Amino acid sequence: MKAMLSRVSICARVLLLSGFLTYIASAHGDSIPASHDHLRHHHFAEFARVPEKARGRRNPLEGDADSIPAGSKLFAQHCAECHGKSAEGGRKAPNLHAGEVQNATPGTLFWILTNGIVRRGMPVWSKLPEPERWQIVTYIKSLQPSTSTEMHVHHDPTTR
Amino acid sequence: MSGECRVGREVVSFGRLAACAFLFTVSLVRSAPAQESPYIVTYDHYLEEPGNLELEYFSTFGTQRGGNDFHSYWMELEYGATAWWTTEFYLDGQTTFGDSAVFTGFRWENRVRPLAQEHFINPVLYVEYEQINEADKIIKEVEGHDVESDHAVPNAIARQTLNHELEFKLLLSKTFKGWNVAVNPLATKNLLPSDPWEFGYAIGASRPLALKASAYQCNFCRENFIAGVELYGGLGDTQDFGLHETSHYLAPAMAWNLPSGWTVRLSPGFGLNDNSHRLLLRWGLSREITGFGKVVTRMFGAHR
Repeated sequence: MKAMLSRVSICARVLLLSGFLTYIASAHGDSIPASHDHLRHHHFAEFARVPEKARGRRNPLEGDADSIPAGSKLFAQHCAECHGKSAEGGRKAPNLHAGEVQNATPGTLFWILTNGIVRRGMPVWSKLPEPERWQIVTYIKSLQPSTSTEMHVHHDPTTR
Repeated sequence: MSGECRVGREVVSFGRLAACAFLFTVSLVRSAPAQESPYIVTYDHYLEEPGNLELEYFSTFGTQRGGNDFHSYWMELEYGATAWWTTEFYLDGQTTFGDSAVFTGFRWENRVRPLAQEHFINPVLYVEYEQINEADKIIKEVEGHDVESDHAVPNAIARQTLNHELEFKLLLSKTFKGWNVAVNPLATKNLLPSDPWEFGYAIGASRPLALKASAYQCNFCRENFIAGVELYGGLGDTQDFGLHETSHYLAPAMAWNLPSGWTVRLSPGFGLNDNSHRLLLRWGLSREITGFGKVVTRMFGAHR
């Protein structure tokens, strides 16, 4: 009897945990802005908060031949989940081909990467060593800028 | 006798349940390479990425004077609820050689980042509820007057005392020039009113073996390895604060972050005084599952 009660108690805890995780997953989803314009506005507004000194920082790896492929690898590992495989943007994170990103200074992108936009769902990435963050900035700056001000959503046929 | 058999079956069914849950989840969702620190006891200020679930398994082999050596193990489910809140659920168990295997309880941990940006020192608030019995030997933290002889009590006796505890930590951490330094003071309160507050600490330092990523995928590149060291121990309680009758450990640690999404950790810990276990050899395996939140939301019919 005791063993049965113990099993029931463990099952109840697992169910409670599943319910709780579902709730927080849904709550997290609710915080996602509904439209791409909304998303774009919220994220790019953060660029204005980057300190002047940080904006002016130069990319020490500019011109380093290995930085683009290395940055691409790091992007695929850490950023593509939200920003899309080709940085085309997703439900949670903006398109990095956008003019706002491509016209931003490397220092601005480095600061955003280091500090995240925590209240909007982008984590801080200072756990990556500084050279790796510069490699990601180099890769982002190497992307083809969007020609339109509209959100360019890349449809990868292999994902559907 | 029957009590021990029952406990044994409970551990086996828990193991099967955990293995099924692990395989089911891994088959449903994608994984991503993580940049995990080598710490096993210390926490830095980095939280789980939002929507990601990290499945972790850890083992500790401990030597025991005045009793039998043991192998303790725990499973962690770590979920990034938001970019500023990570919640984590633990299931603990242990096998004492020549004695028995027991499920020792569960923990529910929450870490909240109060500041939006990086600062000179980055604080994270940590609150944990534990429902564990006194047979628990995972030694995930050392607090109060925890000493080696506490673990010499036979499982059948130790498991009869169930503790409900609240644990608070202030996680202070800074990363500079590739080095991470983390300091975690902690305070624990058994929810029995008569029990005092207990205190402890954990300090860690770590650094990747290379600061620049290579241009190609590789398992053995230096940037995939992070080496570090941890120092942790007890600081007494409100009735007897200090180092008297406390245990302390020094533990070199190494993490290997594989491109496949797996992280392997290894850490031999050495007791620094006579109250400490001579050796705590720990290892762990973890896998980060991306987009877990999305999968769960879809599974329960939420459409956006």
